[in-house]
Amino acid sequence: MIELVNVEKHFAGQTVVHPLSLRIEAGEFLTLLGPSGCGKTTILRMIAGFEQPTSGQITLDGADLTNLAPNRRDLNLVFQHYALFPHMTVRDNIAFGLKMKKMAAAEIRSRIDEAVAMTQLTPLVDRYPHQLSGGQQQRVAIARAIANKPKVLLLDEPLGALDLQLRKNLQSELKQLQRSLGITFVYVTHDQEEAMMLSDRIVILNNGQVEQIGTPREIYRSPSTLFTATFVGENNIFSSAQGELFAIRPEKLIAVREANEGKRSGVIQDIHYLGSVHQLIVQVDQEPMTVTIALDFTDERPWNIGEHIGIDWDLRHEVMIGS
Amino acid sequence: MKKKSGLVVLPVFLWLSLFLVVPMLIVVGISFLRRDELGNLIYQFNWEAYATFFDKLYLGIYWDTIVLSVLTTLICLLLSYPLAYYIARSGPRMQTWGLALVTIPFWINFLIRTYAWVLLLRTQGIVNNLLLDLGWITEPMQMLYTKGAVLMGMVYTFIPFMVLPIYVAIEQMDKRLLEAASDLGASPSRAFWHITLPQTKSGITTGAILVYVSTTGMFVVTDILGGAKSSMISNIIQTQFLGARNWPFGAALSVIFVITSLVLIFLFNRAMTTRVDRVKEGRI
Repeated sequence: MIELVNVEKHFAGQTVVHPLSLRIEAGEFLTLLGPSGCGKTTILRMIAGFEQPTSGQITLDGADLTNLAPNRRDLNLVFQHYALFPHMTVRDNIAFGLKMKKMAAAEIRSRIDEAVAMTQLTPLVDRYPHQLSGGQQQRVAIARAIANKPKVLLLDEPLGALDLQLRKNLQSELKQLQRSLGITFVYVTHDQEEAMMLSDRIVILNNGQVEQIGTPREIYRSPSTLFTATFVGENNIFSSAQGELFAIRPEKLIAVREANEGKRSGVIQDIHYLGSVHQLIVQVDQEPMTVTIALDFTDERPWNIGEHIGIDWDLRHEVMIGS
Repeated sequence: MKKKSGLVVLPVFLWLSLFLVVPMLIVVGISFLRRDELGNLIYQFNWEAYATFFDKLYLGIYWDTIVLSVLTTLICLLLSYPLAYYIARSGPRMQTWGLALVTIPFWINFLIRTYAWVLLLRTQGIVNNLLLDLGWITEPMQMLYTKGAVLMGMVYTFIPFMVLPIYVAIEQMDKRLLEAASDLGASPSRAFWHITLPQTKSGITTGAILVYVSTTGMFVVTDILGGAKSSMISNIIQTQFLGARNWPFGAALSVIFVITSLVLIFLFNRAMTTRVDRVKEGRI
């Protein structure tokens, strides 16, 4: 279990991470999610030991890590650009951490075999990094880290440099790997879909501050701030007569034929046909905003651009996000 | 495509063949000739010049030259690596200053710099006078015109040739590799040994070859700081061509030394080449 207590980071007088307290449970897949510059990588690097918190404390299973050098921490980081050693084969890359721990040769060999088997690298052990594709290099980076059997694996946008299809495949591999290893993963990404798919819990960060911590379901269903509501998934933000803001997901909005039958009305600006759903982009009357209404594949009604329609919803789907 | 890229290197190719390959061939040709009493070349194939080389005197100088050049290279490497490392790891301001300080000596005429060492090292020189005044020695030390003075002069002259390539190699190295090493449990010294040193090997190789080759060819430093006793091959070659007018012998010495240097550089390169380099060059 990792615990961050009031961890804070300043760079050149600027607050990059506001006081943050967070408990990461053993075996949990926790994701730090936010746009670039939100402080998520800095938090990860503080846990790894590459950055020193300006104040606060970081503990791993009760032991204080805060002032420990990175090479003395029982956790490993998978770097964003892998940082594989170019002059070493896959085997030597993976062996590096084990040799540094002065492990016996036989034990090193069995650890390597285990790590390459889990990451499907067995036929590639004698290759050098420059002979591998991006996806293979990524696997080596993970194998090199898990061979050490760390208590915690930190991953800094490990799939960021790969193309979409490969990302999708590796996402499910990562998830399976985490389940079979049973170790804690702390994952950094700016991709909200990736975060939703992989995580047990997500920490949403913005400008160095925590916006919300919760399971993917909680984050999607009941975002507590305007930022979370709009950053994770598509959302429509309305304001009530009292000036309070509330959000309604596109799939919770109902399109009605008669303009005066809904809570709002508007003109269809565009129609997106996406197969399983289609979306109406509607310009709301008397308000400078458009909303997206998602209609599922069962909706066979003909909609036309320029049509004046009503926008309705069930009151229980309103999510209050402040004013 | 291939033809076009061939055209691009054509001027360099012509230049090199005209001013390097052709003169080298002429030197090789002369080394197999003989000379008359006046120093004129006699166009008659023979091994006389090479036979002269196998004299105790010349073999000794040959050996001294190799030892001095290797020693110069080693000392330059040991002094340059920490300096280059320090400069490469400093902030941008310090880097600019560090590199400027390394290159500033080049702004001053090389002969003047070397004569400055004579003023420092001679019997009534600054160093001796200072030590005498301090009472650390009772009579002046003989520093000038020794092999030590030549070695020092060589190291002084060629150290930038070592610092700059090593600096470039360290500067270009991916610093994230060191973070990765640290993350995997390597202490700073082990990370240096296992990552930094192998990653900056190209700079060491380049610097070593530059310093070694320059030292073997240098005769000014030996002339000024070494006096008559500590000649190097290059001094003998210079004398044979300009003073003794024994061109065949000078040419033979040149050929022997070029071959020696090529063999040493080849062996050194091979020792520095690891498996990953061979894989990259497609040799495995």
